[in-house]
Amino acid sequence: MLDGFLALYIFMLAAFTGYEIIARVPVILHTPLMSGSNFVHGIVLVGAMIALGHATTPFETALGFVAVLLGAGNAAGGYVVTERMLEMFKPSAKKPGGKP
Amino acid sequence: MSWVPTLVKACYLLAALLFILGLKRMSSPRTARGGIVWAGVGMLVAVLATFALPDMQHRGLIFAAVLIGVVVAWWTGRRVAMTAMPQMVAIYNGMGGGAAAAIGAVELIAHARHGALAVPDTAPLKLENWAADAARQAAEAVAPLPTAVLVLGVLGALIGAVSFSGSMIAFAKLQGWMDKRFVFPGQRVINLVVLVAALACAAALIGNGLTLPLIGAFFLLALAFGLMMTLPIGGADMPVVISLYNAFTGLAVAFEGYVLGNEAIIIAGMVVGAAGTLLTQLMAKAMNRSISNVLFGSFGAAASGTAQEISGAQKPIDAADAAVMMAYAERVAIVPGYGMAVAQAQHKVWEFAKALIDRGVKVKFAIHPVAGRMPGHMNVLLAEAGVPYDLIEDMDDINAEFPNIDVALVIGANDVVNPMAKTDPGSPIYGMPILDVAACKHVIVIKRGKGRGFAGIENALFYADNTRMLYGDGQAAAGQLVSALKAIDD
Repeated sequence: MLDGFLALYIFMLAAFTGYEIIARVPVILHTPLMSGSNFVHGIVLVGAMIALGHATTPFETALGFVAVLLGAGNAAGGYVVTERMLEMFKPSAKKPGGKP
Repeated sequence: MSWVPTLVKACYLLAALLFILGLKRMSSPRTARGGIVWAGVGMLVAVLATFALPDMQHRGLIFAAVLIGVVVAWWTGRRVAMTAMPQMVAIYNGMGGGAAAAIGAVELIAHARHGALAVPDTAPLKLENWAADAARQAAEAVAPLPTAVLVLGVLGALIGAVSFSGSMIAFAKLQGWMDKRFVFPGQRVINLVVLVAALACAAALIGNGLTLPLIGAFFLLALAFGLMMTLPIGGADMPVVISLYNAFTGLAVAFEGYVLGNEAIIIAGMVVGAAGTLLTQLMAKAMNRSISNVLFGSFGAAASGTAQEISGAQKPIDAADAAVMMAYAERVAIVPGYGMAVAQAQHKVWEFAKALIDRGVKVKFAIHPVAGRMPGHMNVLLAEAGVPYDLIEDMDDINAEFPNIDVALVIGANDVVNPMAKTDPGSPIYGMPILDVAACKHVIVIKRGKGRGFAGIENALFYADNTRMLYGDGQAAAGQLVSALKAIDD
């Protein structure tokens, strides 16, 4: 179970993880990385599904439906644009002696 | 079927692991492509596992909503041009913020209806007990509310709603639907009043209990604040704002994840919250702007009239001479700006660069951190044209090399090569780090006409003794350079 302090530990460790992962990223990847992290918070889709799955009144159901719709858009859109950007990053294929 | 919840939780654990590893891989060009795929697999696993949760209602409805959302976003994401990436990130980010706010709304309204908590207070994670706990609590009309859940739920909803409406304004501005900054006297005071009112509603919800009118007012105020906070910010500062909202959404998602008792959501949201905050700082630093300056300052208003006068004239050159100059140079640096991308000239520029390389000229691309509309955006645009990333140099690396470079070809860049950022304290861009192309032996600038750049700031580089101007549309000028280069050998 998730008591208050355990949750705080998770928040803290996750924050450090996020900070450390990004700390050494080269500038050329800033835009794809922003887009990639945008995709990762698309996990909100799972939360939206749970919220809709437990909605009882019609109003809550409608709100939950909107939440799932938006969450799915975040996840799918974030994935597609990030993948399209990263697909294009390629090193020089030729010239093995070339300066890196 | 008691193993199902365990399996679902294992899937969430796997998803959290894949997100972290995926982001890690995304921070190096060689592994980045794989990184997004790993994270994607994590998302797929988490979503499929959620369908398998035992006590879910409305499964058909959920499936329909997921399907519609995915198809629409996938379709738009596939079609959009690379130059439009910043606003696409803004709109998808806004959707995430909106989803987090909507989750908060559903939970708050459910609480309000019961007059107590609909989420089990002691064990939010025991999903299998959810229905039983909810029923028990509904029966015990006024069960005590776990404050932490309520506080984080309300805060997450607030941040998510701000991120939602703010991102939509950012999208509209970058898309060109809204090109003015809306500034009026007393704006900051009014924004502050709206924020304080929203926070007061939040405090009332937490302290005095949940009522539907109060919840409604709370969300309206939060949405209004996001809107009003973003309206006065100019298009040039938008990348920083989008990055900030990206971090906001991450935080909002993490908080709502706590309300729902789902560790995978907490971890993914919090990782993005922290990473996004750092990324925002890096971007603001690259633009020589502090985050508070972006949010509360107004660009361009502070520096007027004090800029230095520039003496001298712009000296033109034609494409044939420019091509000869570079063909017989030893080292050439190409400095592209967003203007190149607008003119769709990157393919022609790369064709020209390849021709130079074939002649034995050493060619590098020099990229300012904020070239394009977002840090790193120019790299994406060059990558699209096929430029390998090892020919691309960062500002810090190439600035030391400029004195040894024979010719710098500036195309569609203006402010990022303006030496007045170093010399003129009256200039609005004073202090911004620049690409020091003026140190090269020769500079060739491809530019539409003699006018000022996007920001309306005069550029001393264009008047320098070693600068020659090649007037024309970016794509046409690059095309002329390519044919002029061919003509040399004929």
